[in-house]
Amino acid sequence: MKTADTLLLMLSNFALMSLFAIGGANSVLPEMHRFVVEQQGWLTHQQFAELFGLAQGVPGPNMLVVALIGYHVAGIPGALICTIGLIGPSSLLTYFVYRVWDRFRGSAWRELIQKSAAPVTVGLVLASGYIIARSADHTWAAAAITIAVALLTATTRAHPLIWLVIAAALGAFGLI
Amino acid sequence: MTLPAPDPARRITPLELFLGFASIAISGFGGVMPFARRMMVERRQWLTPAEFTDLVSLGQILPGPNIVNVSICVGWRFAGVPGIFAALAGLVFVPFWIVIGFGIIHATFGEVPRVQGAFAGIACAGAGLVIATGLKMAWPMLGNVQAMVFIALGFVAIAVFRWPLVPVVLVLAVLSIVVTAWMRGRR
Repeated sequence: MKTADTLLLMLSNFALMSLFAIGGANSVLPEMHRFVVEQQGWLTHQQFAELFGLAQGVPGPNMLVVALIGYHVAGIPGALICTIGLIGPSSLLTYFVYRVWDRFRGSAWRELIQKSAAPVTVGLVLASGYIIARSADHTWAAAAITIAVALLTATTRAHPLIWLVIAAALGAFGLI
Repeated sequence: MTLPAPDPARRITPLELFLGFASIAISGFGGVMPFARRMMVERRQWLTPAEFTDLVSLGQILPGPNIVNVSICVGWRFAGVPGIFAALAGLVFVPFWIVIGFGIIHATFGEVPRVQGAFAGIACAGAGLVIATGLKMAWPMLGNVQAMVFIALGFVAIAVFRWPLVPVVLVLAVLSIVVTAWMRGRR
């Protein structure tokens, strides 16, 4: 496929995801996985999980995993296209809604939407976790690390970067 | 009716917006919201705590990363459209290059056995971090039967059946709104 076609395909797919990313990038990870791993075969399951983990360990909003995916597929232009695609349409929507926000701030609709969307978002985020775990965890030791990190992060106030560093060290010494 | 137009009484230059959002972006790992609050409310006092909470709740009901949505509103309010681009440039396109740097390392050294092992470890831990995020979000809804049903529906549709996101979100969001409104009507 020509590079321009690839970029256009990435742009249109990520731009559509942008408008359905309720709760942010974590909700659309399964869709990104479907698109780049299952449909296009641009990344393996393992690579997808690695890029996601990498994005968690780098400063910045965690939506920047899309930049890594785009870079892997089509270099810097790919990274730019994917990033702009994922934040462009939602940002435009925010701009227009913010201009009339005063009318809705206290309305019953706002609260209703917020309350109704919350559980759907949680389901999507948990689905993301499950899909990345399935992509990353090929051994029992790997699955044990995922579970341990999930429980430690959910129950302690320790900085998540600590768990990423420990897991990277365990992996480097061949313990996973 | 007052619209939240760019505030003439309080101007913040695009450069300040750029630097402020860049500082938020590079101090936050994984989640940047706590740093956003510290920078905008406590340190630079661009927003009152109530204004910050209001913008975060707006960011939540709209699609897209919440902090990106907040940066759009703050940029526009204090410096109009140039402010939006300045805030976005700081928040997204400063860390963008750091991320790309790591992407290059991954692409170049990813096959070296020890590095490969380290990336495998990072992948496992990364999965754990998202699961933790989901668990923390689910915690306050525990015991709320309606919420738990919708959590389960979303999870099963996406993770088990691997259905596409767009129809799943459309159907579940509408269903959730209808059920919530109906339950209220009964009370």
